Amino acid sequence: MKSTRKYVALAFAGALTLAACGGSDGASTDSGMTELGAGEGAVNLVAWAGYVENGTTDPAVDWVSGFEKETGCKVNVKIGNTSDEMVELMQSGEYDAVSASGDATLRLIAGGDVAPVNTDLIPNYADVFDDLKNKLWNSKDGVAYGVPHGRGANVLVYNTEAGAAPDSIKAMFEADSPYAGKISVYDAPIYIADAAIYLMATQPDLGITNPYALDQTQFDASIKVLEAQKAIVSQYWSLYTDQQASLEAGSVTLGTSWQVIVNLATANGAKIAATKAKEGATGWSDTWMISSKAKNPNCAYMWLNHIISPQANAGVAEWFGEAPSNAKSCDLTADKNHCSTYHAGETDYWSDVWYWTTPTAECLDGRDVQCVPYTEWVNAWNKVRA
Amino acid sequence: MSLSTSSQIAKHKTQSINRFFASHPRLGLGTLLSGPILWLLVVYVGSLALLVVSAFFGLDEFTGKATTNLTIGNIEEVISESAYRLLVLRSIGIAGAATVICFMLALPVGFYISKLAKPWAKRGLVVAILLPLWAGYLVKAFALRAVFEPGSEFGDGGFLKNTIGWSPGFGYLSVIITLAYLWFPYMFLPIYSGFERLPESLIDASSDLGAGSIRTFFSVMMPMLVPSIAAGSIFTFSLSLGDYITVKIVGGKSQMIGNIIERTLLAPNQPLAAAFTLWPITIMVAYLFVMARLGAFKNL
Repeated sequence: MKSTRKYVALAFAGALTLAACGGSDGASTDSGMTELGAGEGAVNLVAWAGYVENGTTDPAVDWVSGFEKETGCKVNVKIGNTSDEMVELMQSGEYDAVSASGDATLRLIAGGDVAPVNTDLIPNYADVFDDLKNKLWNSKDGVAYGVPHGRGANVLVYNTEAGAAPDSIKAMFEADSPYAGKISVYDAPIYIADAAIYLMATQPDLGITNPYALDQTQFDASIKVLEAQKAIVSQYWSLYTDQQASLEAGSVTLGTSWQVIVNLATANGAKIAATKAKEGATGWSDTWMISSKAKNPNCAYMWLNHIISPQANAGVAEWFGEAPSNAKSCDLTADKNHCSTYHAGETDYWSDVWYWTTPTAECLDGRDVQCVPYTEWVNAWNKVRA
Repeated sequence: MSLSTSSQIAKHKTQSINRFFASHPRLGLGTLLSGPILWLLVVYVGSLALLVVSAFFGLDEFTGKATTNLTIGNIEEVISESAYRLLVLRSIGIAGAATVICFMLALPVGFYISKLAKPWAKRGLVVAILLPLWAGYLVKAFALRAVFEPGSEFGDGGFLKNTIGWSPGFGYLSVIITLAYLWFPYMFLPIYSGFERLPESLIDASSDLGAGSIRTFFSVMMPMLVPSIAAGSIFTFSLSLGDYITVKIVGGKSQMIGNIIERTLLAPNQPLAAAFTLWPITIMVAYLFVMARLGAFKNL
């Protein structure tokens, strides 16, 4: 399976090279823009909190003012609180660009709300880690629909005094887990994919090849795993501070977590460490995309180029707590260990990370069967939690 | 000079407006109430009606937007699914338990402050009980989280664990205690004012006729307090039933109806979320009906 994906990545890389060299490939012609004009004087963005900072939150955190001065594009930002809100805002056509997560990108692409991005016009794209380019959640038919911005894996966090370090996702799901009763689970429908990863390792007969492409049988099996898991769970967290507090208090000794939570809790004295399960993990990768109705396309392109520039990318990655997407960012972070803490450039580390993607009825892994769409994931997760 | 003329003109104008409304009393009342009535109709009834209607809407699976393809699938789902029915029952249980705790506490406290406390202490005690209302909801809930934090052999845990060595941990018990703490003043106030309205002469008459204090309490005071208790319970029950934040903070893995509504709404599946809200609406209508029979609205 791993080798298949490597092969696919290689094919993508090949297509990209062709596109870059030949210029006759679909990739460039499909992209609306062929050359960059002068800036329009402003750019309207939809972004996650913490992604567009101009020094008002913290005077030291500012990667917007310089851009405005340099390009003359005034940055107006609308904070989106959820992926759905972002989709809705982009549907209005009032905004030029958006920082979309994997559970929003496919909807934006399918809805025609975002346009293909001509990456030739974004010089910094060349420095983006190759394993982030042209993926399921940021491209369609090999055409890029945005630039990767940052990523993180959902790690296994564990109390270092609670026994031997876990290395397997089984510790999260099996009744005889040494952590039973003190397990913390991410409270969102997308967590069903974690159960699917567990099944990929333990029940290969189910034939799961992508945890976001589950047919009804595979999906039902995943839900069964989650129903059984309830007995050993002590916390379902959606506010990251909740999990942080429980880790610090010791009432949780194992959980699915984010690196930033691990760092915050460790700084407060929690005796914890984090690892990625050997079976692989879910994760997230955010993408800056451009509206198909952008009124300021030139400024939007300039912004995309700026936000993945080493300096700005390093700033966001540290402020937000994620792995930067630009290889050159690592030299510019204030904490010189940032990139190694977040495994920024370690292709091997990310090779078995399944980035959040919206499950659709049309199977994402290309199988010719009906897959369970996201709305059903939501209903099923509701029932697990009810 | 000119000032007094202009004020005279103004006075004259006011008088003529007064005279106009005096001769058209209905119009006057209409002008006075039209704003509030419009607001009630649009904001209260209008949004509620929209909510009920949208429970019948379909959903565009991809964009997550409501469509106008009418369906009863949402209603069917929230009624037929046993997991949801259990959730509703549990939520009623939690709200009921919190209400009973509030009542058990408010009755003696209200009696003491109203009938036994020295007049100078009365005001201070009432203020002390209402004081927590001035602190934010989240502040109080997180404070109790710190109290209940169970800890483990790997961590310190919270206040209870450190002082008495035991904590209810995060779960339904903590949720009930926290809700009772949050809404207690809303039960206390009507019961306290119920006691205040109770004439001393009735108590005197009861004891003159030979009833002991316990008999007086249950046969004379309680029947007169029922409307106050019912009114207080409406506050505590409805506020608890609709709560979804407390249970997130101190509930551990517990859930209430509000949580399901929230997660469905954010999913986003607005029609299904609207269908879920029909549960608390129905329960509250039934509850209000029963309480109205008990006289809760007689002396609000």
